[in-house]
Amino acid sequence: MTRRPTALILLLALAACGSPGERGRDGERGENVGATDRGDAIARAETPRIVLVTHGQSADPFWSVVATGARDAGTELGLRVEYQAPGTFNMVEMSQLIEAVAASRPEGLAISIPDGDALAPSIRAAAAAGIPILSINSGARVFRDLGLRAHVGQPERDAGFAAGRRMAEVGVTRALCVNHEVGNIALDSRCAGLEDGLREAGGSMLVLAVDLADPEDAQQRIRGALARDPGIDGLLTLGPAGAVPALSAVAVMRTSGGLDTTLELATFDLSLPVLEAIREGEMSFAIDQQPYLQGYLAVVLLHKAIQIGAFPDGVIRTGPAFVTGDNAAEVIRLVGQGVR
Amino acid sequence: METEPAGARSLRVRRLLARPELAAALGAAVLWIFFTIQAGEPFLSRAGTAAYLNAAAPLGILAVAVSLLMIGGEFDLSVGSIIGASGMSIMLLTGHFDWPLWPALAATFALCLSIGYLNGIIVVRTGLPSFIVTLGMLFTVRGLTIAISRGLTGRTQLGGLDGSAGYEAAGFLFASSPLQPFRVSVIWWIGLTAVATWVLNRTRYGNWIFGAGGQPETARNLGVPVDRVKISLFMTTAAAACLVGIIQAVQFNGADTLRGTLQEFWAITAVVIGGTLLRGGYGSAVGAALGALIFGLVRQGIVMIGVNADWFQVALGSLLIAAVLFNNQVRRLVEQRR
Repeated sequence: MTRRPTALILLLALAACGSPGERGRDGERGENVGATDRGDAIARAETPRIVLVTHGQSADPFWSVVATGARDAGTELGLRVEYQAPGTFNMVEMSQLIEAVAASRPEGLAISIPDGDALAPSIRAAAAAGIPILSINSGARVFRDLGLRAHVGQPERDAGFAAGRRMAEVGVTRALCVNHEVGNIALDSRCAGLEDGLREAGGSMLVLAVDLADPEDAQQRIRGALARDPGIDGLLTLGPAGAVPALSAVAVMRTSGGLDTTLELATFDLSLPVLEAIREGEMSFAIDQQPYLQGYLAVVLLHKAIQIGAFPDGVIRTGPAFVTGDNAAEVIRLVGQGVR
Repeated sequence: METEPAGARSLRVRRLLARPELAAALGAAVLWIFFTIQAGEPFLSRAGTAAYLNAAAPLGILAVAVSLLMIGGEFDLSVGSIIGASGMSIMLLTGHFDWPLWPALAATFALCLSIGYLNGIIVVRTGLPSFIVTLGMLFTVRGLTIAISRGLTGRTQLGGLDGSAGYEAAGFLFASSPLQPFRVSVIWWIGLTAVATWVLNRTRYGNWIFGAGGQPETARNLGVPVDRVKISLFMTTAAAACLVGIIQAVQFNGADTLRGTLQEFWAITAVVIGGTLLRGGYGSAVGAALGALIFGLVRQGIVMIGVNADWFQVALGSLLIAAVLFNNQVRRLVEQRR
C-alpha cells in the first residue's frame, strides 16, 4: 500500500529515459520509405543507422548546424541518424560514448577527433568491430594513423593560407593573428597558414595570445598590440568568440582617434555578431568551414560505404569558403534556418 | 524445515528490506532488464557489457571511498578537482620536468594525500561544515591546476605520456585490458568495494567510522579517535580520486585540466542512490558500487538504444530522487513494524 507511490515514481523515472527510446522523436530518425506495413521492428532492423559522435556540445550553434546537416541527409536517404556528444569537452566521456555506440553496432560511424592520443583505443576498437568510420571536423592530421581512410573537414593550414592571400589582395602587409589557445595545434596552424599566405605577397604576421575566459582583458591586449605596432593593417581572430572583443577594441580606438590607418578585420567561423559586422562593413570577411556539409557529407559517404562498399580516400574539404559583404545578408537568413 | 515460523520469516524479510543497498540493487536490475528489452543482443554482448562496466568503474572507485566518508558524517566536494590535478601533475612531472613515470606517480599520490589531509585538518580544527571547506578546496585546486599548467606550458591539455620511462608497467597496472574488452579499472572497482565492505563490517576502524558519523559525541566518550578517523577518511577520498586521475592519465595517454569536472556530484549521487544517509552513520560501500553501476547502465544504455546523450542527466536525476524516496518509504515501513 505504501509502496505504490514509490513504484509509480520508479516507473516515471524509467519513462524519463524510456520514452525517447521509441526512436520516434522528430529529427532523430529518417523517414522510413515503404516499410511501414511490415511492422516497425522489421523496418527498424532494415533501416541503416548512422551515428555521429563529436566533441561539440549539442547546445553549441556550430555543432547544431553539423547535426542538422547529418539529419537532413538521413531524411533524404531514408536512414536513421543519431547525434551524440559529451555534456562537456571531455575526452574520457567521449571515448565512453564511442564504446557504447560501437557496442550498439551502427552501420556507419562519424567521429570528430580533437585528441588522437586519447581517442585512439576506442576508435581502433570500433574499427576492429568492422564498422565503417570516417572522421569529421577535427582529425585531419591523425585519421590516417588511426587506420581511417577519409576525413571530412577544413584543413586548418590551407584555410589560414587562403585567408592570408585574401588579406594580401586587399592590401594588408602586416597582420595580427589573435590566438585564444596557443599550443592547440589546430589553431597554431591557422596562424602559420596566415603567415605563409601573407609572405607570398611580401607581408608578415605576428601572433597575439589572448584568454577568452576574460573578454575584457582580451580587448585590452588587442588594443595594446595595435597601439604598440602601428604597422599592423590586418587582424585575424580564430573564432567568433575572439572576433567580438576585437571588434570592440577597434571601435574604441577609432572613436578615440587612436587608429588612423585602415585595418582589415577577419575571423574564422560564423556567428550572428560576426555576420552583422560583415554586413555593416566593419569586418571584411569570415572563413566558413561549412559545418552543414561536414554532417551532410559524412552521412552521404557512409551510406554509400554501407550500400556499395565505395569509400573515398583522403581529406574531403568542406572549406574554406568565404562570407563577405556580398553574401552576408543571405547567410544571415540561412543562419536563421539553422543550416549555415 | 518446510514450515518456517511466520515470525522468523518476517524477521528475515525485514532484515532484507533494511539493507541500505536494496533500492540500488533493485534499480540496477530493473534498468538492466529495461535496456535488455530495448537494445537487445548488442546490450547483452561482451562489448555492450564492457561499455557500461568500463564507464562505471572510475566513478565506482570514487564512490566507494566517498561512501566511507559520508558514513563518517562528512562530504568531499574536492574529489573532481583532485582527478584533474593528479592527471596534470603526472603530465607536468614527466613531460615538463622529465621525471620517469613511477617517481611522478609517487609524488602525485603524495600530493593528493596532502590535499586530503588539508581538507581533514581544516574541517576538524575549525569545525566548519566539510561541505564549505571542500567546496573551497574544489575551486582552489581546480584553479591552481589550470594556472600552473598554463604558466609552465601555456597549455591546458597535455599528451604523450607513452614516451616516459616506466609506461609499460604502469599501463599494465592502471590501463590494461586483461580480459578484453573489460578494463583493469573494473577490477580496481570491485576489489576496492570488497576491501571497503570488509573494513566497514569486520574491523574496529569500520565501527569507528559508523560511530564518528552517527554519534560523534558518544563515540568520543567511548574513546574513538573521531578526528583522526575523519582526517583519514578525507585522505581516503583524495587517494581514490588520485587513483582515478592516474588511471585516466595512463589510459588516455595524457591529461586535461578540466578532467573530473562534476565527478564530485556524480559520486555523491551514486552514494545516495546506494542508500547512504546524508547525515552519516548509516550506509554501505556495496550500495555505492551499485550506484556507480546504475550510472554506467544509464549513461551507456541510453546511447545504445539510440537516444541522445542529453537525456542522461534527466534520467539520473530522476533516479536519484526516486531511490531516496524509495529508501525513505522502506525505512519507515521497517521502523513501524519494529
